[in-house]
Amino acid sequence: METAEPALGPGAASNERPEAAPPAVTVQQGITGLPAGAPPASQIVASLDEVQKVYSTGAIDVTALESFSFDFAAGSYWSIMGSSGSGKSTLLNILGCIDRPTSGRYLVRGEDTAALDDDALSELRSRHLGFVFQSYNLIPQLDVIENILVPLLYQDDPPADGEERARMLAERVGLTGRTHHRPRELSGGQQQRVAIARALINNPALILADEATGNLDSTTALEILALFDELNAEGKTIVMVTHEKEVGERAHALLRLKDGRVESVE
Amino acid sequence: MKNSFGLVRAVRLGVRSLLLHRLRSLLTTLGVLFGTSSVIAMLAIGEGASAEAQDQIRALGSQNIILRSIKPATQATNSNQSSRVSIYGLTHADHRRIEQTYMQFLNSVVPVRELAQEVRNGPLVEQPRVLATTSEYVKATSRRMLSGRFLSDLDEISAANVCVLGSELARRLFPFSDPVGQQVKVGVEYYDVIGMLAPRVLAGDTKGRPMEGLTDELFLPLSTGKKYYGELLVRSNSGSRDIEQVQLHELVLGVKEPELVLDVADATREMLGRFHDEGDYEVIVPLEELESARQTKRIFNIVLGSIAGISLLVGGIGIMNVMLATVTERTREIGIRRALGAKRKHIVSQFLVECVVLSVGGGAVGVLLGLAIPIAVEHFAGMRTVVTPLAPILAFCISAGVGVLFGLYPAWRAATMDPVEALRHE
Repeated sequence: METAEPALGPGAASNERPEAAPPAVTVQQGITGLPAGAPPASQIVASLDEVQKVYSTGAIDVTALESFSFDFAAGSYWSIMGSSGSGKSTLLNILGCIDRPTSGRYLVRGEDTAALDDDALSELRSRHLGFVFQSYNLIPQLDVIENILVPLLYQDDPPADGEERARMLAERVGLTGRTHHRPRELSGGQQQRVAIARALINNPALILADEATGNLDSTTALEILALFDELNAEGKTIVMVTHEKEVGERAHALLRLKDGRVESVE
Repeated sequence: MKNSFGLVRAVRLGVRSLLLHRLRSLLTTLGVLFGTSSVIAMLAIGEGASAEAQDQIRALGSQNIILRSIKPATQATNSNQSSRVSIYGLTHADHRRIEQTYMQFLNSVVPVRELAQEVRNGPLVEQPRVLATTSEYVKATSRRMLSGRFLSDLDEISAANVCVLGSELARRLFPFSDPVGQQVKVGVEYYDVIGMLAPRVLAGDTKGRPMEGLTDELFLPLSTGKKYYGELLVRSNSGSRDIEQVQLHELVLGVKEPELVLDVADATREMLGRFHDEGDYEVIVPLEELESARQTKRIFNIVLGSIAGISLLVGGIGIMNVMLATVTERTREIGIRRALGAKRKHIVSQFLVECVVLSVGGGAVGVLLGLAIPIAVEHFAGMRTVVTPLAPILAFCISAGVGVLFGLYPAWRAATMDPVEALRHE
C-alpha cells in the first residue's frame, strides 16, 4: 500500500525491514474494547494499517512503530501500556494526528489522513479528536470557560452555542461556580476536569488521554477515572496511555506494546 | 461579520497575553513610542525652521531682485595706506542702463545709498543706517508707515531736507514725544521728520516682536544725500580711516511678473558683468533663495526623517526580540493550541496581533507625545514648529507597519513549530 511519507522524506521508506512484522491484524483476536454485552461495533473510529514510524536523529534511525495495524471501534475504551520507548507516545501522537506515519495508512472515521494537508489535519483535530494530557496543558491566560472553548476557536465554522455547551460541560465535570477562574487558581484535579471538558466540547469521535492521572493523587485519580468510565458509558471512544496497572485495567481492553509492536491484547 | 468579530477577539486575547507581562510589554512599546514621537517632532521642527527661512526670504520680496555693492576682496589687500579711497560698487550708470533696458519688465528700480552720518536730537546721538533713496522704496520692500508719510517724488526733485525714521530709531531719539513734525540733525544739516516706518515683522519671532536693529534706520531723499554728503563714505575704524567711494549701495528691482524674475536676474547679471571688472556687486534673487531653501528643506526632512526612522527601526527590532523570546517561552502553549486544532494561520495571526498591538499602542501614544513636543518646544525654546497633518498619520502607519514587519518572523517561527516537539517543551 503506497502512502505519503511527509515527515521524513523518501529515505525513510528504505528503512523497512521486510523480514520483521508478522501480520498484525490477527493480534486483535476478537477483542474490541467494547463494554461487556455491547452489540458489535457498527463503526471503526480509527484504523491503523501497516503503520511505521521512524525517527531520524542524526545518523541513527529509530523505529518507534513497526508495521502496526490496529482498529479502534466506536464506543470502545482501550488502555495502552508499555515500558518507555515501547512506542505508546508515538502511537498516541499518530492517533491524535499531531504526527504522521512514515509509511502505512491511518484512517480517522474512514478518512485517510495521508491525503490531508496541515490545515485539513488541524481541522480534523479540532472537530473529531479530544486530548487529555498528563500536565493538563491549559492556557494560563484564559479562564475555565475560555479554555474549554479553545478547540471551537479554530474550527472553520464553529457552532453558535459554544459558550452554552462549555458551561454545561463545566457543570458536567463538576466545575460549577469556578467557570471564571484561571488555571493557576484551580487544583490539579480541577484543572484536569477543565481539560476533560475541553476534550468534550467538539463532541469528538475519539478521546486520547496521555497519562491523564499521572500528576494526581490517588483519590483525585479515581474521580477522574470515574469520569472516563461515565463518558465511555455514554458511548465515547477512549484511548488512554498509562503505565499504572490499576489505571490500565479500568479500560475494557488493554493493549501492551513492546519495541513498537503489539505485545499482547487483553 | 464573523471575521471582524474574530479580529476583535484576537486583539482582546492579544492584549490579555501582553498584560501577563506588563513591564516587559511597556518597555517594548517604548521603542516604537519614542520612534514615532521623534518622527513627528523632528518633522515639525524641521518644517518650522524652513518655514521661517522662507518667510524671511519672502520678506525681501519674492518678485524683487536686489543688487548690492560689495567691497571686492582684492582691494582690501592692496590698501596698505592708512587712508586710501577705494572706489567700487554699483554706479548711477548701472541704474540708468537697467532702467533703459529692462523697464518694460519692471515696476520700479529703487536706488539706495548708505551714508555714514550721526543723527542727533539735542543731546541724544545715534548712529543708525542712514539711507538715501527714492519714494518707491516703501512699496518695493513692502514696508508699512506707522505715521506720517514716506519720501515723495517732489522731495526728490527739490532735494528737500526731510527724513523718515524707523520706529526703533524714533523711540531712541524721541523717547517721550511723536517725532513727526519735529527735527533731527543728520551730520550738520537739519531735517524735518515727515514719517515713521513700522517695524518689519519677521516670521522668525513667534511673538511677532521686531528684530532688534532692523528698524534702526533713517531715510532721506537720494538727491538730498548727494547734495550734502557727496559720494565719499568715511568710516573710522580703530584708528585708521576707511574712505570708500560708492555711488549706489543697493538697487532694488521690482519685477512685474513672478515668472520673469529669473530671466531678468540672468540678464542683469550679464549686463553688470560686462561693465564691472571685479566682483564688486552681488545679485540677490529671493526667489532663487526660496527655491534653494525649499531644496534644503527637502534634504533636511530626509535627514531628520532617516534619523527618526532609525529609531523606529530600533523599536521594531526591540519588538522582534521580545516576541522571539515570547514565542520560545510559549512553545508549550503553541503546541497545545496546535494539538487542539489551531492551523498555522491561527498561530501566525495570534502572534502578529500581539506585535501589532504593541507597536500600534506605542505608535498611538507616540503620536500624542509627538504632537506635544512641538508645542513644548514652541513654548519654551521660542522656536517655530509646523505640524503637517501628514506627519502623525505617516508616523502612525509606519509604527503599525513596523509591528507587522518585525512580528512576521517570530510569528512564522511559532507557526512552523512541530506540535509534538512543542508539547514536549518544558
